[in-house]
Amino acid sequence: MNNKIIKYVISDLLRNRTILFYTLVLLTLSLSIFLMEDNTDKGIASMLNLVLFVVPLVCIVFSSIYLYNSAEFIALLVSQPLKRQSIWLSIFMGLATAMTLAFFIGVGIPTFIFAYSLSGITLVIGGLLLSLIFVSIATWTAVRIRDKSKGIGLAIILWLYFALIFDAMLLFLLFQFADYPIEKMMIAVSMLNPIDISRILILLEIDLSAMMGYTGAIFRDFFGTHIGMLITVLVMLMWTALPLWFATRHFKKKDL
Amino acid sequence: MIKIEKLSKHFGKLQVLKDIDLSLTPGQCISLIGPNGSGKTTLIKTILGMVVPSSGNIYVEGKNINREWAYRSDIGYMPQKGEYPENMSIGQVLDMMIDIRKTPSHLLDNELYEKFEIETMLDKRMRTLSGGTRQKVSACLAFMFNPKVLILDEPTAGLDPVATEILKEKIIREKEKNKLILITSHVLSDLDDLVSQIIYMQDGELRFHKSLAELKADTGTDKLSRAIAHVMGYKTMFTKEVIHEQ
Amino acid sequence: MKSFLFYILITCVCLCMVVGPTGATTIHVGKQHAISSIIQAIAKAKNGDTIMVHGGLYQEENILITKSLTLIGKNNPVIDAQKKHEPVSIKANYVTIKGFTIKNSAHSSLKDIAAVKVYNGSHIAIENNILDNNFFGIYLQNAKNCRIENNRLQTYGETERLVGNGIHAWKSDSIAILNNEIAGHRDGIYLEFVTHTQVDRNRAQNNLRYGLHFMFSHDNQYHYNTFKANGAGVAVMYTQRMRMEHNIFEENWGDATYGLLLKDITDSYIQNNTFVKNTTGIFMEGSNRIQIQQNSFENNGWAIKIFTSCMHNTLSRNTFIQNTFDVATNGGKMTNTFNGNYWDQYEGYDLNKDGIGDVPHHPVSLFSMLVERYPAAMLLFRSFMVTLFDRSEKMIPSLTPENLKDENPLMKPDKRTVIR
Repeated sequence: MNNKIIKYVISDLLRNRTILFYTLVLLTLSLSIFLMEDNTDKGIASMLNLVLFVVPLVCIVFSSIYLYNSAEFIALLVSQPLKRQSIWLSIFMGLATAMTLAFFIGVGIPTFIFAYSLSGITLVIGGLLLSLIFVSIATWTAVRIRDKSKGIGLAIILWLYFALIFDAMLLFLLFQFADYPIEKMMIAVSMLNPIDISRILILLEIDLSAMMGYTGAIFRDFFGTHIGMLITVLVMLMWTALPLWFATRHFKKKDL
Repeated sequence: MIKIEKLSKHFGKLQVLKDIDLSLTPGQCISLIGPNGSGKTTLIKTILGMVVPSSGNIYVEGKNINREWAYRSDIGYMPQKGEYPENMSIGQVLDMMIDIRKTPSHLLDNELYEKFEIETMLDKRMRTLSGGTRQKVSACLAFMFNPKVLILDEPTAGLDPVATEILKEKIIREKEKNKLILITSHVLSDLDDLVSQIIYMQDGELRFHKSLAELKADTGTDKLSRAIAHVMGYKTMFTKEVIHEQ
Repeated sequence: MKSFLFYILITCVCLCMVVGPTGATTIHVGKQHAISSIIQAIAKAKNGDTIMVHGGLYQEENILITKSLTLIGKNNPVIDAQKKHEPVSIKANYVTIKGFTIKNSAHSSLKDIAAVKVYNGSHIAIENNILDNNFFGIYLQNAKNCRIENNRLQTYGETERLVGNGIHAWKSDSIAILNNEIAGHRDGIYLEFVTHTQVDRNRAQNNLRYGLHFMFSHDNQYHYNTFKANGAGVAVMYTQRMRMEHNIFEENWGDATYGLLLKDITDSYIQNNTFVKNTTGIFMEGSNRIQIQQNSFENNGWAIKIFTSCMHNTLSRNTFIQNTFDVATNGGKMTNTFNGNYWDQYEGYDLNKDGIGDVPHHPVSLFSMLVERYPAAMLLFRSFMVTLFDRSEKMIPSLTPENLKDENPLMKPDKRTVIR
């Protein structure tokens, strides 16, 4: 990584109107949710939609657009005496810092002010990790697909997949195997979708696990333990690292 | 200075460079010409490491550039279309490049910076700049670090006549400093008085690499543009006889 | 003049004391008195006597009462059974136990040992006692016309098997259970084959199973009780003609936890109760002809789970606020009537301003149906897809029961419901 590039990418992004707008929208929504809802757990449940759907969408689409718009600039950087790997990682770091900072100001600070609890902290950590993961996925799609509109299209489809289609398939699986004890398998399957992992973690924290009945108990048994938590965090980090790693590997050989 | 051996590049099924062999020496201003899609830009990009060749090798000062990156500090590159992070100011872009190159300030070549009067627009954001101004910034950056090799992709496109003249004079001066200058350009007349060698490419193949004098003699014209037109017009005639020109 | 009246008063009092209770005497028990053991005092006493037990620690054998006696604790005497036996057993009619602390009964699930156990008695009053760390608290067996009032029961069981019920009645009739506080027992109050009983103003909290539990007990009623954080607030099973009114069910939260669990109940009334923060407010199975009216359901996971085995129940003028699911059912035909309730999830309008929404409200969401059939689907709770499902189902109902709807949803909560 190259600190100079990170520094310049961040200073470029912090002046980006979309990022500023994104931060403001997050901030407005979180404040209005927390001010209208006096029960913090209910507030956090309302924040869920924001964190689980809006944040990934903005992160993946904005990062894709930014990467495509920076294609020439990235090419210019490549023509400079710089390692390709460090260029790509630096750009990721810049994007990731900007998106997580926007999230932290927009959601993290209001949550810590109005709902400083284990569930609030889980919500913020979940959102931060989701920001990283979806920036990382964007780097992968942007490096693999040369055409801007196709790339942004794929980014949106991927978001749809994680936010919607995956759950639909999960539901279908549930119906098919309803007669079997599938709860433990479901934990494994849910690991394939970072949005689901975050959602379940937060729901368990706001004590909706009682409503999740037997499923909730099984999930609590897993996520409630240190080992389970460790595995979950590792899986989330893998979700950040793997797309980035594939993207960097491809970028090293890419023709610009 | 730069030696290219059996360089080939495929984009999928399309072969854009076919077994290119070239040897470029310092003190020359080489014009790389050819119709659209002939592989000029790809060739430049392989030298810069932006495109990874399918086969063949490139040596810069005797070193194979495969998987290398440090050699690029010897190269100044002015892209065809200079795009920079749109929210950065010109000053920041310059600072960033200086940061990246790590060249001490007393070794910087600020001639173009001064002549293009970039100092007066340091605070302007890149997204507000016209194409011409961006070209000026790109040119300024290419020359700033005193590189041994200058690669200029369509340098005069978008520049006003005054700026073009400044750039041409700068190129001439650098050539005299025994640097290697590689230029692609469509607008041939701009370059007539600079060029010392011509590389002509077509369909990914190197058609010839000649000195200007040779070319003029071969085609029987005394103007570069006419010579080129001649080459393009009668390219079938040349295909056979040109092959071993160096 | 004044002193004359005073003399008359004194004379009356003396007459009452000497003549009133025909031949009854008061035996004092305590360190400062001739008799220091309650057992001795009982042996000496005859029917109708009062035994006044003064403050102090009484570690005796089983205190067996076979005569009609009034035992009154003065300055909080403590009966400590040291986990060896049953502290107090009553095998007589007309007995009163008042003002004692009774603690550390033996534990035996074979013999159902209780702090105070009544074997076949009537007109027994157990009042103002503190029962601490006993197996069962107060146990009535074949009792009639008894009163259990103002007692505080506390025990510290960790699992249901290691602890008995707080107040337990079996095959009894006309019992009044009033103003007691029960915590830490298996069931706070357990009534089996008990009739014509009134359970009022009690507070059952943190009991391991149910706050109040009826089995095969008809014609009973309970009012103004609070059931908080029990395994389930109240369970009513195989029972007819119950009145359940003005109670508070709160924070009965956890797996398989309910505010009110109804199983095979008929012809009963559930009115003016408040259900707050329960996993399931009311869980109904096989229950018919119940009037559920003017209750308020707030912040529950499920306000009501009503199965298709329930028929001809009426829900009206209830208030539903901030529940995750208002109504869940296992589908199919419904013969229950929802009419004139307030639903905060109602999205209709009231053009003629008569306070009643102009379009019917469907309180069952598609997802709640799904979860009822496939509990593991709760995994997808609050996912984007589920939100979409529910939205589309609201617009074009296809899977949710068509006839489960409120034709006259209120625009504002009924004034008579108690809202927190």
